[in-house]
Amino acid sequence: MMSLHEWAERLRAFFRKRELDRELDSELSSHVEMAVEENLRQGMSEQEARRRALVRLGGIEPSKELHRDARGLPALDHLLQDLRYTLRKLRRDRGFALIAVLILGLGIGANTAVFSVVNTILLRPLPLANPQQLVWIAPEIGAPCGFSCETYSADAFEEFRAQNRSFQDVTGYFPFSTVNNERLTVRGEPVPATAVGVVANFFQVLGVQPMLGRLFTADEAQKNSHPVVLLSNAFWKRQFAADAAIVGKAIDLNGAPATVVGVLPASFDFGAVFSPGEKVDFFSPMILDDARHWGNILTLIGRLKPGVSVAHAQAETTLLAPRLYFDVRYPNSKGDYKANLFPLKQYVTGRLRGPLMMLWFAVGAILLLVCVNLSNLLLARAATRSKEFALRSALGAGRMRLVRQLLTESLILSVGGAALGLGLAAAITGLLAHEVSIALPLLGSVRVDAAALVWTLLLASTVAIVFGVVPGLKISAGNLHESLKDAGPGMSEGRRHERVRAALVVCEVTLACVLLAGAGLLLRSFLRVLDINLGFQPARAAAIKLDYSEGDNAEKRAVTFRRILERVQAIPGVEADGMVDYLPLGPNRNWGALTVKGKVYRPGEAPAPLIYVVTPGFFRSMGMSVVAGRDFRWEDTPSTQKVIIINEAVARRLWPNGGAVGRIVRGNGDDLLVAGVVADVRETSVEGTAGLQAYYPATQYTPAGAELVVRTQLPPESLASSVLGALRQLNPNQPAAEFVPLQHIVDHAVSPRRFFVLLVASFALFAVVLASLGIYGVISYSVTRRTREIGVRMALGASPAGVQFMVLRATLRLTLVGIALGIMAAFAAAHLMASLLFGIKPADPLTFAATVAVLASVALVAGFLPASRASRIEPMSALRAN
Amino acid sequence: MVKAKLDLLQGTLDLMVLRTLVTLGPLHGYGIARRIEQASGDHVLLNQGTIYASLVRLQQRGLISSRWGTSEGGRRAKFYSITARGRKRLAEETENWHRLSAVIGRVLAVPEKGRG
Repeated sequence: MMSLHEWAERLRAFFRKRELDRELDSELSSHVEMAVEENLRQGMSEQEARRRALVRLGGIEPSKELHRDARGLPALDHLLQDLRYTLRKLRRDRGFALIAVLILGLGIGANTAVFSVVNTILLRPLPLANPQQLVWIAPEIGAPCGFSCETYSADAFEEFRAQNRSFQDVTGYFPFSTVNNERLTVRGEPVPATAVGVVANFFQVLGVQPMLGRLFTADEAQKNSHPVVLLSNAFWKRQFAADAAIVGKAIDLNGAPATVVGVLPASFDFGAVFSPGEKVDFFSPMILDDARHWGNILTLIGRLKPGVSVAHAQAETTLLAPRLYFDVRYPNSKGDYKANLFPLKQYVTGRLRGPLMMLWFAVGAILLLVCVNLSNLLLARAATRSKEFALRSALGAGRMRLVRQLLTESLILSVGGAALGLGLAAAITGLLAHEVSIALPLLGSVRVDAAALVWTLLLASTVAIVFGVVPGLKISAGNLHESLKDAGPGMSEGRRHERVRAALVVCEVTLACVLLAGAGLLLRSFLRVLDINLGFQPARAAAIKLDYSEGDNAEKRAVTFRRILERVQAIPGVEADGMVDYLPLGPNRNWGALTVKGKVYRPGEAPAPLIYVVTPGFFRSMGMSVVAGRDFRWEDTPSTQKVIIINEAVARRLWPNGGAVGRIVRGNGDDLLVAGVVADVRETSVEGTAGLQAYYPATQYTPAGAELVVRTQLPPESLASSVLGALRQLNPNQPAAEFVPLQHIVDHAVSPRRFFVLLVASFALFAVVLASLGIYGVISYSVTRRTREIGVRMALGASPAGVQFMVLRATLRLTLVGIALGIMAAFAAAHLMASLLFGIKPADPLTFAATVAVLASVALVAGFLPASRASRIEPMSALRAN
Repeated sequence: MVKAKLDLLQGTLDLMVLRTLVTLGPLHGYGIARRIEQASGDHVLLNQGTIYASLVRLQQRGLISSRWGTSEGGRRAKFYSITARGRKRLAEETENWHRLSAVIGRVLAVPEKGRG
């Protein structure tokens, strides 16, 4: 074993080469002189004396070599030699190096980027303290009653928190908040802001420490306590220029002062975890006493005690949930709750597992394709290189040395590719992290981190070994003598290479086929999703969050709303307008069941629709159709008959035999006249089914806020400033809220699907390009190799068209074998990803037919260039050459 | 190749170099090589050049030191001398060598069976 000291000495010697060599030179020369003198004394001739001296020494150069190996780091010396040689070689083969690095860079870049996304969303724990202890608790999951069925009442929460024994603590937040639901006034200018109410212990339970100031205290959630807020890090930077002195100061919130108690750290992004794609600006403590009778209002999150499993906690809560009261004032409101526990991580990202794994496989296939393609390129160079290697081994290079040199070459290429790939991945992840239009959880924190670097390193070295060493062993195993003799193309060695290369091209076509078919299926699904009848017309409509102060007085509110709507209606280009409190595809709520008087319902039988409070004109502004009865009227006032409008699904449930309009239904404690029936709307998700919906008039019932919906004849964006101007004229406090085209809301809802389609489609495109490069390379090489044979054929009377046909036929044969294998593999893959498809079967004939057609025509194009070159071969010159 | 000469075992050259330096005091590479040849009665197969690899190795391990000086013939040469550490190591290795050669000698001396 070498000691550390000796290593240090060797390392020193490695860097003092020149000096040590000089010393050794003079040492050796005095050695030789002394030996010569001694030999002369023994009576030899001058010439003989010197010859003998050198023989005894064993030669000057070998002695130096021994000395260098003994004193320095020979392995490092060899590596540097290999590097220098390889770089020189690659500089000469610039085209090859460039293409190889480019292809590798794209392949590795795509892999690193996808790995970063998968790592962030699936593999890494949530960015919270001990996230494995956090559990999401919900009465029902995926029920048609939306958020209201996934939440608990304030009373139920408090009882659950007090009685359970599995959790360290339980907390909750108010999931019904809408975007820009608050008005902040900064230096007299109203600014829209998004706030979420949380239970006072929310951040303590999640384990989030404030960056500045402190978290909420229990006192701040008491009735009539002074309003306080915690700012999100991004909002603090954007709105308050990262001013640390803001803590403890009051800000103007909806016209009243609220004190900033703290600023949250940048690492905590509420939207990224709980409502993907949305930014939350600040938090306020929920005063549960004020919200006690609002129904189900809290999404619950619990932190398990150490050592308690989710299954154990589930067993306890299953027993506990039925003992919770919906409202303790009513003894019979006990017994309806259930509880489902999910690890928070699974709740946040669980449904993305399938699509992300598919993405990972797709990008892995790309890397495989890149390897195959590069092996192919290297084999194409093998014809010339086998001579180079034969020459080097004739000069004494060992087989290991040759393989090591090839490995150095592929390592250099893949290091170049990895560098390019990392740059590419950093750019892609940078774009993704700032892309708010993709509703994927945690996407904002995607970046190329240490794990991604390690992954890239692993990929690059694996790739280098796969595409470098395998062909390397093949080349260096070749017969030295044969290679030196084998003067050029056309020999048996070439033919064997061609068979290997043909097999590689078949592999490429197979992989490309799988990717193309997969991308096709996803694309067709996506188009089907876009074709869905949403029940409203998102095109040419937009919404803006309204500020109004006459919240609780129905008459005053009606006057204000009517004035606003009439003013906006007067803007040129506006076709219709109306208001609603919750837009589709966002938060929603439920006010309990609607019942027909005199009918007895079994539990769960009476329809409990999602509730929307709207103004007259809303349906027209949304492009929803009133299928029976009438719209609301301004004449529906608190003093007239209470009215309701229900959707077709509710109407069918209440009156299966039709005739809903004009009937009386019991809901929200009132007898309601059904004024009309409207078409079903996809309220909760684009791909799900439309559920139960009911609409109350804003003139009779209190809305939870107001979104002004404007239908226009012009592109909605062009009206943004005139609508905001009109609103400001009527209400100077109206914040400059965004005028959001409804199409954006729909796009946001389908953005995860769009994201996956886009990525898989670009992978498929890349795969087809790689495959066509492979086909072109092989066919082109075989034409070069067969120049003589083609010359002979043409001299014997083959027509140019015939030659062209012959080459194209060879191309097609290769491609068809690949396609046949690829279709079989794609068929299997399609069944594995069946759950990701929408509206089409995994064996969609159109997709598969298109895949075959695309690949066949790409192959023909790739084969056409060499084919036309073959048909232009001059028989005479072809026969003379070689 | 002359059959009668002995190939050197790994490390034995280093041992001989150290021994030579103890016996003769500070000496240059040529002198060391000649001394080993003479002391072994020209039985050792030695490319004199290998001496220099051995010398640099020993010096890196701190067993010998070197300085430039002038030879008897008035020639500039590098003179090597053994260090205290080198003497200690030589004593250990010599002891080892004696034990090893005694053991090997005994093993090889066992008469063959089944003959005669």
